[in-house]
Amino acid sequence: MTRYILQRILYAIPIAFGVSVVCFSLVYLAPGDPLQTILPPDATAETIEIVKKAYGFDKPLPIQFAIWLSKVVTGDFGMSIATRRPVFDEIVMAVGNTGMLVVFAIPLAFSIGFSMGLLAGCFPGKVVDRSVTGIAVFGVSLPNYWLAIVMVIVFAVELSWLPATGMGPKGSDAFSVWRWSDARFLVLPVITLSMIPIGIIARTTRAAIAETRNQDFVQTLRAKGLGEMAVIRHVVKNALPGVLAVMGLQFGYLLGGSILVETVFTWPGSGFLLSKAIVNRDVPVLQGTILVLAVAFVTINLVVDLLQSLIDPRIRRG
Amino acid sequence: MNIQRALLTSLAALGFAQAQPAPANAGGTLVVGMTAGNIPVTTGNPDQGFEGYRFVGYNLYDSLALWDLSKSDRASEIRPGLAENWSIDPENPRRWLVKLREGVKFHDGCAFSADDVVWNFQFRMDQKSPNFFAQQFAYTRAFLTNIKSVEKVDAMTVAFETNFVESLFPYSLSYVLMVSQCRLKALNGDWAAYALQPSGTGPYRFDKFVANQRLELLPNTEYWDKSRVPKHDRLVLLPMPEASTRTAALLSGQVNWIEAPSPDAIPRLKSSGMAVVTNVYPHHWPYMLNHARGPFTDVRIRRAANLAINRADMVEMLGGTAIEDHAIVPPSVAYYGNPPKYTYDPEKARALLKEAGCLPCKVTFGISTSGSGQMQPLPMNELVKSQMDAAGFEVTIQTMDWNALLDIYRAGVDKFPNYDGLNFSRGLLDPVNAIIKQASKVYWAPAGPNWGHYATPESERLSSQIFTEFDPAKRLALLKELHELLGNEAMMIFVVHDLNPRAMSPKVKGFVQAQSWFQDLTTISVDP
Repeated sequence: MTRYILQRILYAIPIAFGVSVVCFSLVYLAPGDPLQTILPPDATAETIEIVKKAYGFDKPLPIQFAIWLSKVVTGDFGMSIATRRPVFDEIVMAVGNTGMLVVFAIPLAFSIGFSMGLLAGCFPGKVVDRSVTGIAVFGVSLPNYWLAIVMVIVFAVELSWLPATGMGPKGSDAFSVWRWSDARFLVLPVITLSMIPIGIIARTTRAAIAETRNQDFVQTLRAKGLGEMAVIRHVVKNALPGVLAVMGLQFGYLLGGSILVETVFTWPGSGFLLSKAIVNRDVPVLQGTILVLAVAFVTINLVVDLLQSLIDPRIRRG
Repeated sequence: MNIQRALLTSLAALGFAQAQPAPANAGGTLVVGMTAGNIPVTTGNPDQGFEGYRFVGYNLYDSLALWDLSKSDRASEIRPGLAENWSIDPENPRRWLVKLREGVKFHDGCAFSADDVVWNFQFRMDQKSPNFFAQQFAYTRAFLTNIKSVEKVDAMTVAFETNFVESLFPYSLSYVLMVSQCRLKALNGDWAAYALQPSGTGPYRFDKFVANQRLELLPNTEYWDKSRVPKHDRLVLLPMPEASTRTAALLSGQVNWIEAPSPDAIPRLKSSGMAVVTNVYPHHWPYMLNHARGPFTDVRIRRAANLAINRADMVEMLGGTAIEDHAIVPPSVAYYGNPPKYTYDPEKARALLKEAGCLPCKVTFGISTSGSGQMQPLPMNELVKSQMDAAGFEVTIQTMDWNALLDIYRAGVDKFPNYDGLNFSRGLLDPVNAIIKQASKVYWAPAGPNWGHYATPESERLSSQIFTEFDPAKRLALLKELHELLGNEAMMIFVVHDLNPRAMSPKVKGFVQAQSWFQDLTTISVDP
């Protein structure tokens, strides 16, 4: 098992390096000047050159990449061009704020999605299956940007039940999930963010359960006289690795934050940070955030792989 | 964290939260939803365009010359700020003497003096200055190009020497915000630390900052201009780049003031009892034209383009949040003069194109999908294209993001000769930036903002005379002449001036909307 874990970690290193190269290059492929966030529209060529030099953007790209990477491995992600605050601090705060949403959205999506999928998979072709499949397709197809706006209009503007925007009445620094006046800010973004994962997980679970129920070993279990609940336990255990992989991906997606949902709710998470960095061409923030999220994504997949191998030893042997 | 319990709490919210009202604002707190994507920087001159100056820059800080924002019925002009007065040196027309205001203190208690002024210009201009700050250099460079040196004459007088004679130089003094040297010294020259403990002389002082989310300011009760001590208890600034979010935040009571609601939300806001205010201000939404090559080098084609625009249709599409633009500055500006009015006349436009031998007249415009001051660029450009096409043009629109358009704008027409025009909205605060830079060769991009390389012997003569004319009445006459010339020459395609709509709760009282990019919030009180 230790050898397997080490092997997986070693695989992750070149992936993280590749991601860092790609994210560094992508930022520079886009048109526009990385210093446009601080340069006025009528900045002259002379001004641009002086500022480029001051910010280190006058060096050749490979040199800039080498400098950036050498600092990143020591935990120094540089300073935001726009705010002059350390990028690392910005990322930690944003990922933490998105994490606050994920902590609630994931259990909500996983429990509802898995329950719906299990129910549908146990009764394939029946009304309950068709209903669940319909709801799941609806959930996946719903543009969460639109849903977010509708939720705000209904629950914040028309009914005044919940706040429309922000993270607590005093901002994220004073946010406490245990205080209702703060926690109510979570409700609308959490529900909006959960909708797509609910649909995806429900459909994946349904397919995995239905497929496993048709396998020979299920016939054998029934022939041995096992009750239906006991059979379902075996089915779930065999279907779980595939579902777990999808759940892991969804966890990663949610942690990356939804740019659209966080923008509508002005939730100061990683998606909101990324959107601002893109608009402002704040290269250090953009590179740092993408790298951290990519590494988190790789790590989550690694953990899922290990969990899968624990549940199903055949994966480890493969 | 007990996730199960927290999850149950969140789910319960949907069913049982009706009793919880939206967070109530304490009496006297003005909460503003800005269009800015982030909190403007607090280290002196701010980012986020002129919105940064409006809400943070001119609230935390003062400049030597300030804008008079007390009237809504006339265009704002500069007035003495931290300078009590300024005058040209009788011996030297390139030397300005600025007498500073006595008894002014920074929020940290340090007294304001000539040393502070010299230091403030040094750290923005001199790369060898120990406190040189590239960010502030970038933000202010465009306003400081004509300053050769700044020197202390005595404790309360400074002298500015310019590179060339410029009678309009005092406008430059309004754009440089005075930062406390004392505070930066106490923080060992650390600008990042200073951003969290800024100190100016402005009507508000810093209170709280949550990165990317909110900035809270308190009234500076010791402010030197007692008539501008804020009448509300607290000012909270929230970045809300999404228009629908700002509208929802106002309607649900989370904020009591929003900038730039979208035109289609205005009827809903009004029906909910919100006050929607508009006023003309020095902004315009034009097409800058390529005067170096292509069809627009012919004045007949430039006039035809202006006659092809049905501005009334555009204003209607924008829900009345704009007025027609027929020259560069709005008519309320003192030097507007009497430029021609380009009344919609597609037949005359077609005749002019035929006369110029350019029918159909193929032109290519670069436009952006969004951007500072660009209003609603996509539907507006589509409307312009359809109107021009109907009058005999064949318009090709090349759409790009704001950053790409900025690159083209800064580089100038020589580097991007394929564009016949750029849709690029502009701030027209002072005559130098509004018209002179568009009329002189010395400002041709990339050395300046004259993208299309417009200049004629007449515009050069007038620009030069304006800079050397120190008699205000004579200078005003020359400015009018130049503005009329640019209008008559149709040096741009003039479309609309934005009216800068903003919406506020009926509890917000006492606001006077100045004809300016900046606004005075100090007069506002908020009912509990």
